[in-house]
Amino acid sequence: MSTNRRQFIKISALGTGGVAMAASAYGFAGSFLSVFDSSDEKKSINMKRYPTYCEVCFWKCAAWTHVNEAGEIVKIIGNDDDPHCNGRLCPRGTGGIGMYNDEDRLKTPLIRVKAEDGGEDTFREASWEEALDLVAAKMKDIGDYYGPESFALLKHGSSGKHFEHLFKSYGSDTIGEPAYAQCRGPREAAFATTFGSWVGSPEPTDIRDTKCLVLIGSHIGENMHNSQIQEVSDAIDKDVTIITVDPRASTVASKSKYWLPIKPATDIALLLAWMHVIIYDKLYDEAYVKKYTHGFEELKKHVANYTPEWAYGITTLEPAQIRKTAVEMANAAPAVIVHPGRHVTWYGDDTQRERAIAILNGLLGSWGKRGGFYLKEKIKVPKYPHPPYPHPQWSWENLGEKYPLAQMGVTNELVNASIPELAGEHEIKAWFVSGTNVTKSIPNKKVLEKAMDAIEFMVVCDTMPMDVTGYADVVLPECTYLERYDGIRSATNREPSIALRMPAAPPKYDSKPSWWMAKEIGERLGLGDYFDFDKYEDVIDWQLQKMGSSLEEMQRIGVKKFPRTSGPMYFEDGEDFEFATNTGKIELFSTELDELGFDPMPVYTPHPEPEEGYYRLNYGRAPMHTFSRTANNPNLNDLMDENVIWINPKVAKNWSIKSGQEIYLKNQDGIVSSFPIKVRVTERIRWDSVYMVHGFGHKNEKLSRAHGRGANDTELISNVKIDPLMGGTGMRGNFVTFLTDNPNLVES
Amino acid sequence: MRYAMAIDTNKCVGCTDCVVACQTENNVPIGYCRDWITETVDGTYPNIEIELRSERCNHCDNAPCVRCCPTGASQVADGGIVITVEDECIGCGACIESCPYEARYTHPDGYVDKCTFCLHRVKEGELPACVAVCPTKCMYFGDLEDPNSDVSKVMKFRKYKTLAPEAGTDPHIFYLI
Ligand code: SF4
Ligand code: SF4
Ligand code: SF4
Repeated sequence: MSTNRRQFIKISALGTGGVAMAASAYGFAGSFLSVFDSSDEKKSINMKRYPTYCEVCFWKCAAWTHVNEAGEIVKIIGNDDDPHCNGRLCPRGTGGIGMYNDEDRLKTPLIRVKAEDGGEDTFREASWEEALDLVAAKMKDIGDYYGPESFALLKHGSSGKHFEHLFKSYGSDTIGEPAYAQCRGPREAAFATTFGSWVGSPEPTDIRDTKCLVLIGSHIGENMHNSQIQEVSDAIDKDVTIITVDPRASTVASKSKYWLPIKPATDIALLLAWMHVIIYDKLYDEAYVKKYTHGFEELKKHVANYTPEWAYGITTLEPAQIRKTAVEMANAAPAVIVHPGRHVTWYGDDTQRERAIAILNGLLGSWGKRGGFYLKEKIKVPKYPHPPYPHPQWSWENLGEKYPLAQMGVTNELVNASIPELAGEHEIKAWFVSGTNVTKSIPNKKVLEKAMDAIEFMVVCDTMPMDVTGYADVVLPECTYLERYDGIRSATNREPSIALRMPAAPPKYDSKPSWWMAKEIGERLGLGDYFDFDKYEDVIDWQLQKMGSSLEEMQRIGVKKFPRTSGPMYFEDGEDFEFATNTGKIELFSTELDELGFDPMPVYTPHPEPEEGYYRLNYGRAPMHTFSRTANNPNLNDLMDENVIWINPKVAKNWSIKSGQEIYLKNQDGIVSSFPIKVRVTERIRWDSVYMVHGFGHKNEKLSRAHGRGANDTELISNVKIDPLMGGTGMRGNFVTFLTDNPNLVES
Repeated sequence: MRYAMAIDTNKCVGCTDCVVACQTENNVPIGYCRDWITETVDGTYPNIEIELRSERCNHCDNAPCVRCCPTGASQVADGGIVITVEDECIGCGACIESCPYEARYTHPDGYVDKCTFCLHRVKEGELPACVAVCPTKCMYFGDLEDPNSDVSKVMKFRKYKTLAPEAGTDPHIFYLI
C-alpha cells in the first residue's frame, strides 16, 4: 500500500500560511440588506436574515439564515413560501449551521509534497494564487498532451455546476456524479422507459392527497426528504393506507397498516405477484389501461404464473397478505403511489425492479392523477450568455456506451477508464472532484484506489477534510453555502418556483466560493469569455431580470413562485396525452428494451444468499445525517455521533453478542472494517441481515469528531453487481460476519 | 391560561429536528439538550410495535422540582410554565434529582436549565421552536383553557397518555396515541 504514489495522507500542514486574494473578489454583500419586515418586529430583535437554500442534502430547501448583531450566524429557519420545506427545515438543515461553525473545516489551499525516499507524502499550505496556477497549468498540460477529455469531473450539488461550466468550456464532458450510478439512476431509466419521463427531484409523488402509499424498501422518515415526509404526515392525518416492504422494521413500517417483512433481494417476485393479482382479479383501471398503455396483453401473459403462492416461496410473504395489499392499492386507485424510492442501486437488476414499480403504477392508473403522480413543472432559468462550448471528441457517453439507458455519466466507468488495464479506447488521466467524498460514495475501494493511484493529477474541492482530500494533489477549500452566492434554484414541483442563495457572512478562514474558483481557473486557461462577469450576483441579477424579478427582490423574499404554463397538474377524465415513449403510451411492455435485446418485462432472478454465519449487509440513512458529509458537523454529531450495527436478538444470542459491545465486521471477500462498530441488538431487523447507517467510520484524523467513530459500509461493499441497462452499482449483495476480538491485535 | 403540548406518536419519526432547533433557538450548548427522543420497541420480529416520541419538561401542575428548590429559583410562570430563574439558581441540583422525567441539566455556566416552552416566543405569539420546526407537524401547542387552541382541539377527538402518571406530578405534555 505504502508504495502507492497517491497514498492516503492526513491533512497536516507544513510550511507557510496562505495569502488571501482581494476581499472584493468573492462578493460578500452584507451591509445593504434590510432587517425583518417592520410589521414583524417581534421576531427581529436586531437580527438580520438572509435568504439561502440548504446544501446539506439535495432537497435544497429555501431558508433564512439569521445573523445577530455581532455578525454571527445563530440559526437557519425554513422559508414559509417554499414548497420544498413549507417553513420547516429537516434536522440536517436546522443543524446546517454546524457546517459553518465546524472548526475542522479546510482553511487554506493545500498542495501535496512528495516524500523523499519512501517516506509519507504531506501537504503544505499554499496561496490561492499558487494553487490555482497549478491547477490551471495541469489542466493545460493534460489538455495539450492527451486532450481535455482526459480530465474528468466528479461532482455533486451546487458547486459542481460551476465546475461543470468550467469543464465544458475547457472541452471536457467527461463528467459523472455518484447521484446517478450509485443512487437514483435505475429509477430514472425505468420511468423514462415506461412513462417517457424521469422521476426527478423532488419526486412528483402527490403524497399529501394519496390514499395508499406503497414503499419498497424506501425508509421515508429516516431519509428526511423534507416536503415528502411532511406530506406523509399530512396523509397519515387523512388516514392513508401505507404498505411498507422492508426486511427491517423501519420507522415508516411502524406507521404502516401493512408491513411486509420481505426476505431481502426478492422484491421483484412480490411486484410480479401484485401484477398477477391486479390483472387476474381485474383490479386494474380498465379505461386508463386501454387509453394510455401499451402491451397489456403481453404483460397479462407474462405474469400468468406469478401467483402469490409462487411468490410466497421466494419472499416468505403470506399469499393472503399479498392479495389483500393488492386489493388495498386497487381500492385507493388512482390515488395510489407505488413509490419509486431514491437510493435504488441494490442488486444489479434495479432498472428492472423499478420497471416493475412503474408498471404497477400504470396498471393502477396513478400517473397524472390526484393522489398519484402529478404532472410536474419547473421554470427555466435563462442561460447567462457565453460562447458555445467546444465539442469534445469523446465524453461520458462513450465511456458508458455499453449501458444503453445511461442518461448521465456512469462514475464507475469513469473510474475504470482511469486504470490503464481496464480502460478501453479512451483513458482518463486526471480528476477534479467537487463536493463528493468518492471513497464513501463509490464502492469497490480496491478499484477506486487503483484509479486514484494511476491518474496523474487530482484536485479536490470541498468544505471539509473528507477522506477523499487525502488522495489529492491540490485541495481547494470551499466556503459553505451560508457564505456564498450560487446558481438560482429551480426544480420541478406542483408549481414552478425559484430560490436565491446569498451569503449571510463572509467566508471563514481562506475559503472561497466555487464560482470564483471556476472563474479564476477559466481565466488562467484563456477562457475568460465564458466567465464574463465580475461577481456571481451579476449573473444572478441578469437572469432574475429576464425572469421578471431582480436580485433586490429575491434578497427580500428568498422564494418566488410562478404560475403553471403547461396546463393542469392532473389529466382530465379521458384527456388525450402523448407519452415520450416509442409508442406514445405508457409502456407496460417496453419496445425500447425489446429492441435492445433486454427483457421487455421484468423477470425475477434469484440473488446469492449469505452463507452460514454471514448476514446481508443493508445500509440506510438516519434523519440527522446525509451522505458522509455530516458526521463531523458539531450540531449533527451531537445528535448521533456514530453508527451501530443492528443485529436480531436470536443471532446475537448465537454469537453471545450484547448491545453496546464493539465488534469488527468482515465481508465475504475477507475485508475487515477499519474501525469497530457498536452493536444494537433489536427486534427491528431480520435474522438473515444486519443494518447500519451510511456515512461513518471516517479515516481522516482531521475530522476530530468523526474520525474512527463507527464503521464505513462502503468499504465492506466489494461485491458490486452492475446493472446492464444503465451501469448502476448494485451494492446489497455483500455479506458480513462478526469478529468479536480486535483483528489487529490477533494478527500481530 | 394553561399552556400544554400534545405530541402525536403516530406521526413523530424521531428525527431530532426538535432537539437541534431547540439548541439553536435557546443557545443550548452542544452536548446538552432540553428535549430528546425516546424510542420503545415491543414484541418480537415481525410482530413489533415501535413508538417514537419527543420528550421534555412536562410543565407539571404538581411540580416536585418547584417544591424542592431551596432558593425559589424553580418556579411557575404565567400559563403554568415551569422555569428556573438563572440568577437565583445556586446549582445545587435538588430539582434535577426530584424530576421523574430527567428534564433538567446543569448548564456549564453553573445554573440549572430546562425547557421553558420557549416563553420568549410564546409571549410574542409565536410557537415554541420545536413545534414550529417539526417536519411531521406532530406537535400541538397552546392554551388548554382556550377550546379553540390547537392543543385543545386535537385532544378533543384523540386518545392520549402522559408519562409516569404514577408519579402524581400532573404532567402537561400529552402523547396522542
Ligand atoms: S431536506 Fe433537510 S438537508 Fe435537505 S435541503 Fe432540506 S433542510 Fe436541507
Ligand atoms: S421534530 Fe417532530 S418528528 Fe422529529 S423527532 Fe421531533 S417531534 Fe418527532
Ligand atoms: S418548547 Fe422551546 S425550550 Fe422547550 S423543548 Fe421546545 S424548543 Fe426547547
